Amino acid sequence: MNPSLPFFVLATLSVFSALMVVLSRKPVHSVLYLIFCFFTIGGHYLLLNAQFLFAVHIIVYAGAIMVLFLFTLMFINMNKELEPHKSNLLKGAATIAAGCLLLVLVAATKGAETLPAISKTSDIGTVSNLGKALYGQYLLPFELISILLLTAMVGAVMLGKKDVE
Amino acid sequence: MSGVPLTHIIIVSSLLFFIGAYGFLTRRNLIAMLMSVELMLNSVNINFIAFNKYLFPDNLDGLVYTIFIIAIAAAEAAVAIAIIINLFRNTRSIDAEDADQLKN
Repeated sequence: MNPSLPFFVLATLSVFSALMVVLSRKPVHSVLYLIFCFFTIGGHYLLLNAQFLFAVHIIVYAGAIMVLFLFTLMFINMNKELEPHKSNLLKGAATIAAGCLLLVLVAATKGAETLPAISKTSDIGTVSNLGKALYGQYLLPFELISILLLTAMVGAVMLGKKDVE
Repeated sequence: MSGVPLTHIIIVSSLLFFIGAYGFLTRRNLIAMLMSVELMLNSVNINFIAFNKYLFPDNLDGLVYTIFIIAIAAAEAAVAIAIIINLFRNTRSIDAEDADQLKN
């Protein structure tokens, strides 16, 4: 079996589901395709030896953020009506803008030297290694991120509560 | 995974990034626009992890930055959903074209 077969299967699935996120007209379908896309991106993490990040990614994205999105969509009751799309002129402009930048990036990788893939299976992405890095070298950014999360939580509660006259 | 060159991973992640950019420019639903932004953030995460594995396999910088990006994306999603719910209370819609109170 071709050893890079899992990568190509995952890449095809993730690009297809990302396209369906953008192109499907019902917002609930978009959310469900996005959850699938996040699972395939988690598969990429697993192939790249980042096991702990795979777990964090599944828990945070598929478990928390997408459930929040789905809950908000149900709450607003957007699943019935179809969303009107923008004009064809604007769609063409968006296609040209995104497509040209994509073409530039892909063309830039064309002449690049292909690095030899590292064959040794490292356990660099396990919890103990990552924890030592987070609580040693990256202690200050880690604490700042926790303050940022606290601030965002307080801000979301303040924005979400009803105005008291 | 040993046979995949780095350029293939970069091409996949840039495809995901620009699919997200296209969605951000064309969708009118505010929640769909937010989902496109999440897609773009995740494609950048794939790049960080891939470069970490291929260029510096003994360091952890790319993985730590990916954790920070995930945390910031969670904070951003929470605040954005709160703003969207507030907007829905005022205008009864989450269409980006209807949010024009500052214009007139």
